[in-house]
Amino acid sequence: MTLYDKLWASHMVDELPDGSTLLYIDRQLLHEVTSAQAFATLAHTGRTVRRAASQLAVEDHNVPTTGLEVTDPLAQEQLAALRSNTSRFGITEFAMGDRRQGIVHVVGPEQGFTLPGITIVCGDSHTSTHGAFAALAFGIGTSEVAQCLATQCLVVRKSQNMRLVLGGVPHPAVSAKDVILWIIGRMGTAAGTGAAVEYAGPYVERLSMEGRMTMCNMAIEMGARVGLCAVDDSTIAYLENRPMGPRGRLWEQAVALWRTLHSDAEAHFDREAHWDVSALAPQVTWGTSPEQVIAIDERIPDPAAQQDSKRREAMQRALDYMGLNPGQAMTDVAVDQVFIGSCTNGRLEDLRQAAAMVAGKRVAPTVRRALVVPGSGEVRLRAEQEGLDRLFRDAGFEWRLPGCSMCLGMNEDRLAAQERCAATSNRNFEGRQGAGGRTHLVSPAMAAAAAIAGRFVDVRHWP
Amino acid sequence: MESFICHEGVVLPLDRVNVDTDAIIPKQYLQSTARTGYGPFLFDSWRYLDPGHLGMDVGQRRLNPDFIMNEPRYAGASILLSRNNFGCGSSREHAVWALLDAGFRAVIAPSFGDIFYNNCFQNGLLPAMVAEADCEALFAWALCDAPASPRLLVDLRNTTIQRADGTGQPVGFAIEPFRREALLRGLDAIGETLAKAERIAAFEARHRQAMPWLFATETS
Repeated sequence: MTLYDKLWASHMVDELPDGSTLLYIDRQLLHEVTSAQAFATLAHTGRTVRRAASQLAVEDHNVPTTGLEVTDPLAQEQLAALRSNTSRFGITEFAMGDRRQGIVHVVGPEQGFTLPGITIVCGDSHTSTHGAFAALAFGIGTSEVAQCLATQCLVVRKSQNMRLVLGGVPHPAVSAKDVILWIIGRMGTAAGTGAAVEYAGPYVERLSMEGRMTMCNMAIEMGARVGLCAVDDSTIAYLENRPMGPRGRLWEQAVALWRTLHSDAEAHFDREAHWDVSALAPQVTWGTSPEQVIAIDERIPDPAAQQDSKRREAMQRALDYMGLNPGQAMTDVAVDQVFIGSCTNGRLEDLRQAAAMVAGKRVAPTVRRALVVPGSGEVRLRAEQEGLDRLFRDAGFEWRLPGCSMCLGMNEDRLAAQERCAATSNRNFEGRQGAGGRTHLVSPAMAAAAAIAGRFVDVRHWP
Repeated sequence: MESFICHEGVVLPLDRVNVDTDAIIPKQYLQSTARTGYGPFLFDSWRYLDPGHLGMDVGQRRLNPDFIMNEPRYAGASILLSRNNFGCGSSREHAVWALLDAGFRAVIAPSFGDIFYNNCFQNGLLPAMVAEADCEALFAWALCDAPASPRLLVDLRNTTIQRADGTGQPVGFAIEPFRREALLRGLDAIGETLAKAERIAAFEARHRQAMPWLFATETS
């Protein structure tokens, strides 16, 4: 059996005659943007929440990062709805100002709400992040949020098994973000559609939990709803003494079960690919889809060289939107803003990597704004204890409060039209960070270095 | 949920790959706590030349004459035709709500983003998956060869798409039997699941034995 098969089998409530499965959902994460309509559905149909203790709510998508006062009336309304819904049903919520508050996918693992062997869902596509802990985690729509609240189950169809086996030791300045961007570039944004992707191999085994979360987070960017990593010593070490995790005798019992959460040696995968990442260079997206990505030392590709006409048109449209020309060196591209944060790269390890680039330096005067938005209050506090905030502030970065911020620009943190941004987030879609804004996805180190240099630079040669 | 059996309407050919849910409905409209009212903002940044926000008077906005949705030929379209990986990206169900609110009942494409695909069925919007070659032929017809206001007939009973004027050959589309059945009958997923209450309770009891740490804060 694969890891995915095991997780599936242990949560099957019923197999329906039509081939779908009634799957038990252990835990659900809620946030203000995709839950209000779900609670309204319960109210309309006179239904209630089945297990309040299996739900955890946070405020993240819509919150300001400059202070605790919410001035946007629509954001106020959404936050008020979340607070009243959670208090009405007795659901734990981490509100703004609580040190446990932050981005759902940072908070879940950090608090030990995310655990190996569970099923966990959220009305957010980046729920795949939690698969780094060998949890079956996937994003759902609001109707399914309601179904989960009411029944603790979802009617689902099993995905295919896909495995990416990664070997090699890349340059120390090349991170998990570069690896996942490179893979998406090679395989395309639909390579994982209809599949659960397990990351395996020596590269993944050496990777920190933060790195694994980054890779699982972006599984959805190659079309896979589910990303997975097997349990090993790193998983267990990360989870020990987490506030919402098991303790004492239950901890011992849990660890014994968690140790079985890996694909068996003879397990069958429907799709499999092997990659060696030894020679990988830092990656930068140049277009409006995560698959439009090149190495920092490459030149922007020429649509004219593309055989497929649909692809050629998409490339040309992306270049026009991004204001770039074929053949341009990536290192000649200047940035207006820098965003370090998000559920992809807003954890302590990410901030450490970024801070190491900026120590003793200054943000280029041509960069209008450089933001560091920690993924949670805990991340922020621990970064401050290490003095990372000083390094960022002294270099001219803004040190913000936790939230989703400029990853999707629902709050005030946005790009203006035609502004170019080096971002550690996950999507470079048109208008994602603000209408007309131009997003280049990079690693935390690459974003930090771009802020200092005012343009993209190769962090393998950073002084 | 509203059922889907058969639908005839004007088809809008949106000739782009990887149409993501951010493009279908941009972030600023996700601040609404309703399920309706998103239609005027569907494909917002392609459809209009000026920026939009919730609650504005859409009638005052400048339409983008180069966006196909604004061509009179496709006015009142209720079937959307697009390319691979339609609805990729964000899980926002608002994308489905926006399509429905704008009058669409079906989306035809060779492949869909998984979460969007799933969300369609929760709301009675039919995502019809067609072969690449059939998709190409539909585009050629809807963009060039078809008469003014090209109309299609999408029939879920026999899973076919054909020109409403009866010309040409019908093409088939793929859909899993359980999804087809649920759409045809307009099933309420929560109601169906609640009917399994005994099975769920029995599973929960076994699960509590297997993973007691997941229930540590609850009394049995």
